[in-house]
Amino acid sequence: MRYFVFALMAAAACTPPATTQAPAPANASTDSKDSKNRAGAYSTPNDNPFPSSYKPFASRTTVIRNVNLLTAAGPMVRGGAILLRDGKIAAVGATVDAPADAVVIDGAGQYVTPGLIDTHSHLGVYAAPGGRGLDDGNEATNPVTAHVWAEHSVWPQDPQFPRNLAGGITTLQVLPGSANLIGGRSAVLKVVPSRTVQGMKFPGAKYGLKMACGENPKRVYASRGPATRMGNVAGYRAAWIGAQAYRQRWDKWNNNKSGDPPSRELGNETLAEVLRGNIYIHNHCYRADEMAQMIDIANEFGYKIRSFHHGVEAYKVADLLAKEGISASIWADWGGFKLEAMDGIRSNLALVHAAGARSIVHSDDPSGSQRLNQEAAKGMAAGAALGITVSEDEAIKWITLNPAWSLGLDDKIGTLEAGKNADVVLWSGNPFSVYSKPEKVWIDGAMLFDRSDAKEAWRTDFELGFVPDVRGGSR
Amino acid sequence: MRALRNAAALLVALASPSLLEAQTIAITGGKIYPVSSAPIENGTVLIRDGKIVSVGANVTIPADAQRVDATGKWVTPGLINAATTLGLVEVSQENQTRDASANAGQDHVAAAFTVWEGLNTTSVMIAPAREDGVTSVVVMPSGGLISGQAAFLDLVDGTVTDMVVRAPIGMVGEIGNKASAGVGARGELLVRLREVFEDTKSYAKRKADFERAQTRDYSASRLDLESLIPVVEGLMPLLLRVDKASDIDAALKIASEYDLKIMIVGGAEAWMMADRLAAAKVPVLTGAMNNIPGSFSTLGSRQENAGLLRKAGVTVVLIGNGPGDPDTFGVRNIRQEAGNAVAYGMTWDDALRAVTLTPAELFGVSDRVGTLQAGRAANVVIWGGDPFELRTLPERVFLRGKAVERTSRQEALGRRYKTLPPSYRTP
Repeated sequence: MRYFVFALMAAAACTPPATTQAPAPANASTDSKDSKNRAGAYSTPNDNPFPSSYKPFASRTTVIRNVNLLTAAGPMVRGGAILLRDGKIAAVGATVDAPADAVVIDGAGQYVTPGLIDTHSHLGVYAAPGGRGLDDGNEATNPVTAHVWAEHSVWPQDPQFPRNLAGGITTLQVLPGSANLIGGRSAVLKVVPSRTVQGMKFPGAKYGLKMACGENPKRVYASRGPATRMGNVAGYRAAWIGAQAYRQRWDKWNNNKSGDPPSRELGNETLAEVLRGNIYIHNHCYRADEMAQMIDIANEFGYKIRSFHHGVEAYKVADLLAKEGISASIWADWGGFKLEAMDGIRSNLALVHAAGARSIVHSDDPSGSQRLNQEAAKGMAAGAALGITVSEDEAIKWITLNPAWSLGLDDKIGTLEAGKNADVVLWSGNPFSVYSKPEKVWIDGAMLFDRSDAKEAWRTDFELGFVPDVRGGSR
Repeated sequence: MRALRNAAALLVALASPSLLEAQTIAITGGKIYPVSSAPIENGTVLIRDGKIVSVGANVTIPADAQRVDATGKWVTPGLINAATTLGLVEVSQENQTRDASANAGQDHVAAAFTVWEGLNTTSVMIAPAREDGVTSVVVMPSGGLISGQAAFLDLVDGTVTDMVVRAPIGMVGEIGNKASAGVGARGELLVRLREVFEDTKSYAKRKADFERAQTRDYSASRLDLESLIPVVEGLMPLLLRVDKASDIDAALKIASEYDLKIMIVGGAEAWMMADRLAAAKVPVLTGAMNNIPGSFSTLGSRQENAGLLRKAGVTVVLIGNGPGDPDTFGVRNIRQEAGNAVAYGMTWDDALRAVTLTPAELFGVSDRVGTLQAGRAANVVIWGGDPFELRTLPERVFLRGKAVERTSRQEALGRRYKTLPPSYRTP
């Protein structure tokens, strides 16, 4: 399996515009070695200073048979089977060959889906039980903090992680908060027990950059500015103008290597990587008119927006999102708490979907993320009420394939297809039913959650002593 | 304007019922869940002049009745969400639309605060709840040590007076929230509560002396003490927002000391006190969608809370504790709470009761709402199937016998933008 390292050397050596990363074959273990010590080479001398140390957990070859497979890659396979081997999905179909050493699980007519993916999480950065000591999500000291990275706030002992795993979440993007115009880098994590955040980082996942529109930045910085939406836009543009100049300085130096290299600026390193196409923009933006403006800003400076987050008005510009290839990370059923969120409607997911753009159910909530399936069901119902039929085969993509795409990981996760990572959920019933729960959850073929084996359930360090041990219950 | 017109119409109707043409509706063929009795297959609910007149398998349908075919559908009482700020908070970030918390001053006691009297009857948050089958709500104030009084409302168009089913239905207070009560320690909060109750009892006996300034100083205002008299007399329930097990213990102790009739609201760790709550006959209003140890008061949060409490014999009302502002924007999600309660151990029948009859009984309005029985207000929902399933749509909603039209902003926006670009003509 190939992993895309954040290697920019080849790209930067090309004649401008050097916009694509060079895919370098590497596996998870060499990921860490290859990217070290490139000091002085490019504007990101070491593009991966906090490399993933994730190793898949021990797994056994497993067959889950007699299940309905919502694959997110085609029509549901009724009464089919799936083979997990060496951390990958080896086969999916009406039947699969079960090797002699395989653990065979009879699903008894239950459902199997890909592991769910939440593009908008603050687990670890707003860890439970909250309070000043764990309030690490917003570096609200400056409207532009492109220099901060969410992973440096993530507390792996956040008790919200095991609860999300029990909700079927296998991958999540942890974002900085939305106080700032540019809030910092995201971290794409596997929902696994680990002593370190590096041990949770999804090997080879690109970073995201959090941007925020509208009310939050102008409220937080009212006294020093930006205090208005026009101030917000001026702030984004000023940041990108600086980043363009920074990138040019480094690209020029990389071409001729004459004289001392330009000095490094952490924030501009991140922004320059966005301009080079190596970091995805995840843009908190509620209103349709602001989304259109953010698209113009992206075009002005030559980057792409990968996903609008919250997007309660995405349905108003669904055609624009489809045309621009921008996904909508949205709620099925939340809005109203501020003026820019007033136009949230339940049919948002279905309307965006019907317009041909990628709908994603996101959570922005540690409790909501445990029920992305239920939210997708609401989105289907609201679509039906408006005359838009969304099949289960399509709606499952809202919580699997589409979020995988928005993280640039759709070649690895998000569907049940041979060759994909074995991130799999076995449900107690149809996942769109309010009564269904994940029974077992696998990540890279390793069963990390099993509702029937409560004693072995993952408890974080924090929970020991602080939180009553109720394993065997809901988690 | 529409709301005003309807309000006017309703007032006329109430003032002179003889002028109103008898409106008779027969909902036929559905599976009926009266809640007060066993489900009825292929039953009929007969509605006249806003009230249910009969429910059963063999109801004679008058010739003039408008028939609503509910064959294959489920018919339930309108759902009740018993902990909301509907009409009190519209856009929570905009202070001008926030009216749920009194400025209680130094004493942090706002017992006289009748929150419903400042309710915005045209709040855009109301219609979506009603369209999704929530026909009644409790509106509760928040903040302070004593937050104020709560009311039970039907979500009809009209004035507050039209909406009120009963008010007040209880006094709301908080235990375990130091900042809100203006104290430095949990124990101090209990001292303050006792002081307020002692002052209330003293004031109740010595009103004349108080008017002549012949009493000691009291720690709350005259109006607040006056409002607390029914609480210390055990006539008005005290709804205590409290989560932590040790705080629930303290609440039980105070209730026993003063013979108070208390209810627990929130109760994240109530399951740890289930037997005590059952023995003390203290009801719990809680949700089934939160298992986050989100504060040091809720470390024991779990989704089985409601089911475990029921098993122990506690009276349980389901309220919202999931994401999505369950007391405003998400009021309609009370059925999702019920579904999750079932997924985590409550029986389906108990869950339906916990969002219909149980809250009606607790708040003294079960003669008006909460069941499908003759004489009750015709708050009736026809569902496409199991109301707790999120893919089930409420197909018809009747509120006091009147069909609810899907006229909310949310509906209008969806229709307007179904085709892009929108035409901007009447959707």
